[in-house]
Amino acid sequence: MSTLVLAEHDNESLKPATLNTVAAATALGGDIHILVAGENCASVGEEAAKVAGVSKVLVADNAVYANQLAENLSLLVAEVGPAYDNLLAAATTTGKNVMPRAAALLDVAQISDIIAVESADTFKRPIYAGNVIATVQSSDPKKVITVRATAFDAVAAEGGSASVEAIDVVHDAGISAFVSEEMAVSDRPELTAAEIVISGGRGMQNGENFALLESVADKLGAAVGASRAAVDAGFVPNDMQVGQTGKIVAPSLYIAVGISGAIQHLAGMKDSKVIVAINKDEDAPIFQVADYGLVADLFTAVPELDAAL
Amino acid sequence: MKVLVAVKRVVDYNVKVRAKADGTDVDLNNVKMAINPFCEIAVEEAVRLKEAGVATEVVAVSIGDKSCQEQIRTALALGADRGIQVETEGGVESLVVAKLLKGVIDKEAPQLVILGKQSIDSDNNQTGQMLGALTGMPQGTFASVVAIEGDKAQVTREVDGGLQTVSLNLPAVVTTDLRLNEPRYASLPNIMKAKKKPLDVLTPAELGVEVTTHVTTLKVEPPAEREAGIMVESVEQLVDKLKNEAKVIA
Repeated sequence: MSTLVLAEHDNESLKPATLNTVAAATALGGDIHILVAGENCASVGEEAAKVAGVSKVLVADNAVYANQLAENLSLLVAEVGPAYDNLLAAATTTGKNVMPRAAALLDVAQISDIIAVESADTFKRPIYAGNVIATVQSSDPKKVITVRATAFDAVAAEGGSASVEAIDVVHDAGISAFVSEEMAVSDRPELTAAEIVISGGRGMQNGENFALLESVADKLGAAVGASRAAVDAGFVPNDMQVGQTGKIVAPSLYIAVGISGAIQHLAGMKDSKVIVAINKDEDAPIFQVADYGLVADLFTAVPELDAAL
Repeated sequence: MKVLVAVKRVVDYNVKVRAKADGTDVDLNNVKMAINPFCEIAVEEAVRLKEAGVATEVVAVSIGDKSCQEQIRTALALGADRGIQVETEGGVESLVVAKLLKGVIDKEAPQLVILGKQSIDSDNNQTGQMLGALTGMPQGTFASVVAIEGDKAQVTREVDGGLQTVSLNLPAVVTTDLRLNEPRYASLPNIMKAKKKPLDVLTPAELGVEVTTHVTTLKVEPPAEREAGIMVESVEQLVDKLKNEAKVIA
């Protein structure tokens, strides 16, 4: 058995979701290789070589992979893929963009967003926004899988000593081009990797009021998230959305402020260890999943919380 | 420019779906069905392109048994010009859906194909990407802005770190995210008019596609329930619990 994990990175460093994906690969057993595709990404390759349990790192360093364009990257994965039994990537927007395209090129199905490995061909995955967990079995000779990072404990980033091999496989589909990006810049931890997350919903009323949460977040070393309602209302940008179609988080502590608790939001945070809900509506569904609920006006409670920390 | 839109019939998003007691499937008896919300956004985007004079025709395609004609009619009521149903029995996997859509594309030759980024039943998020691979078209997934400029589509994508804009050669595949647009409501006159719009039925055999199974669902079950928590009376008590009981803050 052999598994290839597509590295999640920004050409400079390896993203933590890769370590969770390697954990899923470890559960499958056998040899684990990591594919780093990017431009000037040698440092990522070196980092990947230290990941526990990895025996080889393949580095495809070329301008055509600089922005992880799915059209080019899927051709690379499909060319390298036949040598492996399993092809894995984190279910991030990059993994979700590239892997189904590679699967179709290989004429196999993709198993999306797995949360458990039951055996070499059987996996668990959430469906219906996490209201149901399905156990699915693949009959394909090769498994293409995306992994829900929060469901697997990350393997150690250090301790491994894989060989690093440069591969000269250049695929330029020539049908798409990167134009620009607007990335959120923040000193706070990344939402999906934070130990503590504090999120605001429609109850925040506007974007400026998120400053209340940011102040608490800075005291706790937390990331700031939002419900779909808050993002749709234009309070905060889309990269802050926690939920079924946004980011899936599972921190030690999740504080939901002014969030009613729609199914699709719960799907993105209900695996958090401890959930706190602050809402003035005592009937809000969020209280049904909260370990600690506080019925209060957030504009009083959050400054109080800030002062108490 | 012809635009093809794929629509899927799914459980209405307001319905809380449960696993059957015997774990064989989800319980869909007497459950309200609707067009998948992301597909509705796809239809709206196509209709807006037509209203803007960019698109000349909008064709709505659905794959499934006869009941999915209801969702095609919904798309027609929202402004699509004609419909195509690809008749299959029961659920079809994403890879097969992509192959069937490719078959329709080979016949229709659209310049733009718009799909929802995922359906809210299987939550797979794959069909658009697979369709891109099979047709050789570029893909603009999780789109929040789509602009057609000459023979290219400029698509802004919602990615984990923020927004990314890509330029795609047409023909291209676009999958919609939530903030691409806010779909309109179909008016009664348009619902009536939609009943008279053409709707063709094709079979997988006519499209040269074999319906295969790659993944079998062995079991469905409810997720692990969280134990009921407690209500606290004050912020002070909350902080005390977090520090001394849950021990999640210092």
